[in-house]
Amino acid sequence: MKILIIEDDKPSADYLKKALGEAGHGADVANDGASGHNMAQTGTYDALIVDRMLPEKSGLEIIAELREAGDMTPALILSALGEVDDRVTGLRAGGDDYLTKPYAFSELLARLETLQRRGAGAEAETLYQVGDLVLNRLSREVKRADQTIILQPREFRLLEYLMRNADRVVTRTMLLEHVWDYHFDPQTNVIDVHISRLRSKIEKGFDKPLLHTVRGAGYVMRE
Amino acid sequence: MGALPRVINTTAVRLSAMFIILFGLCALLIIVYMTAMAANFVIRETRTAVESELGELADIYVRGGFRFLVRDIERRSRRPGAFVYLVADARGRPLAGNIGDIEPGILDTTGWRSLPFHYARAGEITPLAELGGDAPRAVAYILPIQNGIRIVVGRDLADPVRFRSVMQRSVGLALSIMGIGGMMIWFLVGRRALLRIDAVAAASDNIIAGDLSQRLPVSNANDEFDRLSTSLNLMVGRIEKLNDGLREVSDSIAHDLKTPLTRLRNRAEDAIRNGDSKEDYREALHGMLGEADNMIAIFNAMLLISRVEAGHTKFTPSPVNISEIAVDLCDLYEPVVEDAGGIIVNKVSGDLTVQGNRELIGQALTNLLDNAAKYGLADGGQITLSAKDTKDAITLSVADAGHGIPVTDRKRVLERFVRLDASRTSNEKVRGSGLGLSLVAAIMRQHQGSLELDDGQPGLIARLVFPRDAFKKTSSRN
Repeated sequence: MKILIIEDDKPSADYLKKALGEAGHGADVANDGASGHNMAQTGTYDALIVDRMLPEKSGLEIIAELREAGDMTPALILSALGEVDDRVTGLRAGGDDYLTKPYAFSELLARLETLQRRGAGAEAETLYQVGDLVLNRLSREVKRADQTIILQPREFRLLEYLMRNADRVVTRTMLLEHVWDYHFDPQTNVIDVHISRLRSKIEKGFDKPLLHTVRGAGYVMRE
Repeated sequence: MGALPRVINTTAVRLSAMFIILFGLCALLIIVYMTAMAANFVIRETRTAVESELGELADIYVRGGFRFLVRDIERRSRRPGAFVYLVADARGRPLAGNIGDIEPGILDTTGWRSLPFHYARAGEITPLAELGGDAPRAVAYILPIQNGIRIVVGRDLADPVRFRSVMQRSVGLALSIMGIGGMMIWFLVGRRALLRIDAVAAASDNIIAGDLSQRLPVSNANDEFDRLSTSLNLMVGRIEKLNDGLREVSDSIAHDLKTPLTRLRNRAEDAIRNGDSKEDYREALHGMLGEADNMIAIFNAMLLISRVEAGHTKFTPSPVNISEIAVDLCDLYEPVVEDAGGIIVNKVSGDLTVQGNRELIGQALTNLLDNAAKYGLADGGQITLSAKDTKDAITLSVADAGHGIPVTDRKRVLERFVRLDASRTSNEKVRGSGLGLSLVAAIMRQHQGSLELDDGQPGLIARLVFPRDAFKKTSSRN
């Protein structure tokens, strides 16, 4: 995945570039709004990481102009403001996700990877499969090794999100956002309890674990 | 520093001194003017008396001749309080009267002589020249009559001079008494002012030195000093309160961040000392990440609270369906509550809408549910969400079955970093940041509403009160 980082704070930008490199993603850095906009227009990137407050051209302006020109490269907005309305204005301007500084890198990486997947048009699938676990989005059926598993609607949504992002780490915050549609930090173990319930339903009586905990980051569905 | 120089250094005393000097100058002018007027009057009166005496003597001379005149003058000279008289021949030798000798040259003039001259009384043994300045003085009319003979009729000046000096002395004495009295009064007033200012200055010094519990002295005189001290005391009180709050928060920050930082450090140290394998290090790093995340969460909560409290978190109020939020968050917390052995019951019915921000209200309710799940399920039991829709407000309540919060602590738990002892010492799992309720209170203030804590008998009832007139147009549908 090739990523463009538009961030005026050099140390943060360099740290991000290095960390993304270690995660296997190449990254370019632009230190101001104008050159960032330029690079986004001319280069080909899989995702953009855009700071909101930039010299010369704000992050929101860059994204809005790219979208107007028909460039739909997924964009993750970084903001130090973190005010409640900012998320809304950021997403309205065409951003695909929004993260408040200070953030954990694992959170950023997880969000970036799901963004990229969304950009690749994975939404249309009706059938998700991880190992012998199959989820049908239309019939709302879940089967493992041909045994039907009864899930509550909320558990179904949770599993659906996890399976759509199979092989990618999803964080607790992302789960709260996509399954419950709230955008604050979930309290300590609330999400964990939901996960452990779901896990017991889809793994009880089966040998192979599918829903893994990634320490310090979140969860991943993996064969 | 002595008391006197300090008294002199007060504004009151300096003003007083200036006043005394001005007053003294005026008094001096009055004395000079009065004595001059008095002297003038005496002289005029003397001249009139002398002239009428001369008139009488002239009559006697015209009717009886020189001999009669001399006899009459002799008679008049012996009267008590008599004028001074002299009948002198052409060579200036006294022929009659009570003057024995006279300053030379006086007899050569004629008419009214207003300038006082020295003379010697008749029968005085010491010659006039030897008496000098001690000789009596007089003013007189010198009238030549016949053959160089001159009559001198005048008045001794001893009385007017004595009168003048008595008057000068008494006015001077009165002025001195006034001056000294004034000085004493001003000294006392200045000293009193100084003593009070000293007390204020001493208290201020203590306050400056850091003792904010110190107050300026207030007497019961209710004068300008007291009014000033009272308002300064109010100011110091406000500063003390702010300072206490700040210190409490910074102490708590120090404490709350020191603990995870120490744990972080211990883990690193332990890993360096005891770790053998990559797996050990990985384990230690994961633990450290957790601690760091915990600290970030505390910081985020603190930042959110201060933003909300400072009014920086601006949001455009929009209709928020709190019934929906209640359903969502009950759903979110159900497994946690059930794992803790309790049940959660949502009695929020209908479709209640308030004006506000969905995220913030959701956060507030989450914090309340989190507290209820952590502290409100002491013996299992039930967490109940309910709502009340009245004329004035929509109220969303979370009731639990725990030990509640004592009345005395209910205000305190809303402050930042305040954890009740029970919750502080309970096990690691339920250790909170002490920011949850502060954040709820701050969010409710931003919604122009309030957070109320009440006794559920047993348990705690926490109420989010959304007044209908918040943001001027709160609406609801049933």
